[in-house]
Amino acid sequence: MRIAVIDESASRASVIHEGLAQLDGCEVFVITERHGLLARVQEFAPDVVLIDLGNPSRDVLEEYFAVSRALSRPIAMFVDESDEETIGASIDAGVSVYVVDGLAASRIRPVLDLAVRRFGAFARLQADLDEAKGKLAERETIDAAKRILMNSRGLSEPEAYAELRRKAMQSSRRIADIAEALVTAHDLMGEGE
Amino acid sequence: MSEHLTIGFLPLVDACLPILAAEHGFAAEEGLELAFVRDVSWATVLDRLLYGHSDAAHLLAPLAIATTLGRGRPAQPLVAPFVLGLNGNAITFSPELAQAVGAPQGKLGDPLAIGQALAVEAKRLAAVGRKLRFGVVHRYSSHNYMLRYWLAACGIAPDLDVEIVTVAPPFVADALASGEIDGSCVGEPWNSVAVERGVGRIVLATAQIWRRGVEKVLALRESRLDERRDAIEALIRAMRKAGAHFVDPANWQANAAILAGPRYLDASAELILRAISDRLVLAQGSAAIHYPDFMFQHREAANFPWVSQAEWLYTQMVRWDGTGFEPDEAEKAARVFRPDVYRSALAGTGDLLPGASSKVEGSLDRTTAVTAQQGTIVLEQNSFFDGRSFDPDDLPGYLASLAG
Repeated sequence: MRIAVIDESASRASVIHEGLAQLDGCEVFVITERHGLLARVQEFAPDVVLIDLGNPSRDVLEEYFAVSRALSRPIAMFVDESDEETIGASIDAGVSVYVVDGLAASRIRPVLDLAVRRFGAFARLQADLDEAKGKLAERETIDAAKRILMNSRGLSEPEAYAELRRKAMQSSRRIADIAEALVTAHDLMGEGE
Repeated sequence: MSEHLTIGFLPLVDACLPILAAEHGFAAEEGLELAFVRDVSWATVLDRLLYGHSDAAHLLAPLAIATTLGRGRPAQPLVAPFVLGLNGNAITFSPELAQAVGAPQGKLGDPLAIGQALAVEAKRLAAVGRKLRFGVVHRYSSHNYMLRYWLAACGIAPDLDVEIVTVAPPFVADALASGEIDGSCVGEPWNSVAVERGVGRIVLATAQIWRRGVEKVLALRESRLDERRDAIEALIRAMRKAGAHFVDPANWQANAAILAGPRYLDASAELILRAISDRLVLAQGSAAIHYPDFMFQHREAANFPWVSQAEWLYTQMVRWDGTGFEPDEAEKAARVFRPDVYRSALAGTGDLLPGASSKVEGSLDRTTAVTAQQGTIVLEQNSFFDGRSFDPDDLPGYLASLAG
């Protein structure tokens, strides 16, 4: 079975590719470039196309499939009535699937299940990474706020932190939020570095 | 306790009414809390609607009908109880093509004159083996149908003499720059983006092709309407209030700034303001021109889902998909538009509600008063540029007249 994976995120595409390559009898082709998309799909002549939901080329691709229906390899969105739930799961995972008409659902199922799992895993990884980045950014903001207090009010570092914490507790907000407000106000007053 | 609704949208100026209903508190006044999901393709907006990620969506009116009829995917019944706006799109040519067809400087072209010149240019290029190529945002879009209506009426066969392809709105300027397309029909702010980059000139507004043409709708699954009927009616009331706010010149700047925000259009407020204020810059570096009612979001019961609008769109679907006219399909297409819901939502609010649910489209060549449930509504000119009108009582006759 020939599977095209269209994804502008090269790292996610490789995670999907790696998974699908483990399936027997699958040839996987990854397209990450927007330019020349349809020509490359046509050239590869896939039986199954996986494309991420956030891909702006989806309408272009669907238009191509609609037109290709008149050609020798009609492609339809994978929507066997009995498989509503599977499709729902793929949409939840952030991937949409198009298959050549007539391909047996039993052959597509493992591909789809795997794609859904990999997409889901990638999304969780991304969320963890974003959270980690967010935490790092928060720490930097708190440091910047401490420096502002140390410079403007001559506080020591522990005193500056205690001051931020006191204000946060007083207004039932997070220390990071207080720090951000302070840094923003400082910038607005033209006292930024 | 407030009711929660999630609304899908594409970053276009005509997603304004639900966004402003939330931002200005009109939704909260109606006991609603709105959340928004922004996407970058209509396919994804539709998937989220069908699989329950969103309760309602900013959607291309023809796509709501196509989905109900099962074109391109298994049929799923959608309903549209509210039209988000009329017109608001433009036809932009590459500077070379604009010059070749004699598009005037400093004003919009005349649809007939530009169309005739385009027919000559298309033939000239065809003789040297090159076909003009135009981008539209979706196969099932009013953009596609307006462009095709105009081309065909000017003697250009859209599927033979030129090529029409799908281009996502944010990439229209790129596609013009790279020569991938020679022109496009797209909503704002994407025409203005092409103008600013010097890769396109706005030659026509779609309002010149059909003066009061139906554009996006608020679409939802029929079953969701039944389950959340009260919340949807509350949303309709909130969006009517947002519309009154949107068209008031005093609010233009503020609304442009809100829509430009990173959660919504994430685009230039200055460019968005052009569409909102009906003041378009047609070519890079030139002064803005005023074209009244470029976008039409509120007056004349603009949000009323006229059944005849759905029927007109169905005739165009039959015409360009090359499928035959089917009375059953026509009936289903007509029922996508739900004036009954609109009326029920606004009954007793003092808003003007049309007495009829259908009208002859394109029949008014001047301002005319029509019957409302109480008093009258004044409708302005709503003609098609070629002077034809559309009688919803005779769809096959209309289709035959277009073929002739």
